[in-house]
Amino acid sequence: MKLDLSGLQSFPSIPGGAVDDLGEDLFAPPSFQLPACSDVPDSRASMGGYISSQSVKKIIEINPYMLGTMAGGAADCQFWHRNLGIKCRLHELANKRRISVTGASKLLANILYSYRGMGLSVGTMIAGWDEKGPGLYYVDSEGGRLKGTRFSVGSGSPYAYGVLDSGYRFDMPVEEAAELARRAIYHATFRDGASGGVASVYHVGPDGWKKLSGDDVGELHYKYYPVAPTPVEQEMTDAPAA
Amino acid sequence: MSIFEYNGSAVVAMVGKNCFAIASDRRLGVNLQTIATDFQRIFKIHDKLYIGLSGLATDVQTLYQRLIFRHKLYQLREERDMKPQTFASLVSALLYEKRFGPYFCMPVIAGLGDDDAPFICTMDCIGAKELAKDFVVSGTASESLYGACESMYKPNMEPEELFETISQALLSSVDRDCLSGWGGHVLLVTPTEVQERTLKGRMD
Repeated sequence: MKLDLSGLQSFPSIPGGAVDDLGEDLFAPPSFQLPACSDVPDSRASMGGYISSQSVKKIIEINPYMLGTMAGGAADCQFWHRNLGIKCRLHELANKRRISVTGASKLLANILYSYRGMGLSVGTMIAGWDEKGPGLYYVDSEGGRLKGTRFSVGSGSPYAYGVLDSGYRFDMPVEEAAELARRAIYHATFRDGASGGVASVYHVGPDGWKKLSGDDVGELHYKYYPVAPTPVEQEMTDAPAA
Repeated sequence: MSIFEYNGSAVVAMVGKNCFAIASDRRLGVNLQTIATDFQRIFKIHDKLYIGLSGLATDVQTLYQRLIFRHKLYQLREERDMKPQTFASLVSALLYEKRFGPYFCMPVIAGLGDDDAPFICTMDCIGAKELAKDFVVSGTASESLYGACESMYKPNMEPEELFETISQALLSSVDRDCLSGWGGHVLLVTPTEVQERTLKGRMD
């Protein structure tokens, strides 16, 4: 997959300028081709090895059409998402229309960039539906902002990507996409010690977001892998004498 | 992160009325990454003596092999099994041998001694014995295990109640620890029989 950096571009490029090895895609108008997008985080909060909560709301509802996800420092994420919510509402009041996902994510990315190097820890996805259709952006506290069709963020993200990339198709029905996302989170919680709790699935469509499910991962495991009763437990025995 | 927390572990032993139970989690990880969920940390020395080893997995296995070796030598020379107290001293001596380059393990020893009197004890990694009458804990979930045992333990429990108590204490403790859990393993030892059970737990 070619990396789509069109979302990162803040000024029009000069045609015939410097050689651009990113290809023509960069100059094409931004394409929102997603039929819909699903957002699935887990819900564990840990401090070192200690699990401080298993029921954290890691999906933050910015407005009825836009969601943000939390990874990294809990306080930083909570504060800056609430702050983003305020800015989005003010934009709505000033312009009499909802802010675009592109705009909202850039608002957050610019704030985070202004604090770069000062120790903020935020890894987030902004997902929503605007006039152009569905939008999904990855934003982090290093100042990065990427547009894409699927992301995964946080300590368990490599495990989630493994499931997500192997199962993803562009034309997935909502139910299948939701199940893939749920499975990706489940497998991440299984392998990653710092992930766990509840796997919540949200769907974002033309009429805004809707929570589809919130499954306790403790139960999800035995749903995916039912325990077959073992007839005879193996016993510890001494090795036969030589 | 400490080398004791590299693999993650939780071990607990409890005393009941003429019986004891020893339990552990089943996770083997590398820091936050879970590698296996069927790891064994509780080992049989003889029918009425068990040792649980928390800490670094490689040292757990090495130490277990050395302990089995020494116990077999003892059996050959003395023609009897070791008393739990004697075995505890052996473990302690073996650990202190490596005073300046220790095994990164904290043992929990539980057994039935003369007249089937239950004996439990724990040690640090260089063999300082700590005897207890009620329960002992060890591993990365030790803080939450102390809390759970402290509030759930009652003296003179019958075997069935003891099993329930130690299982609940273990499961609720590892649910507060990132590095241990992924199922449990419980051994319930009475003068006449040994019950071995595997617990289903949260797999996250």
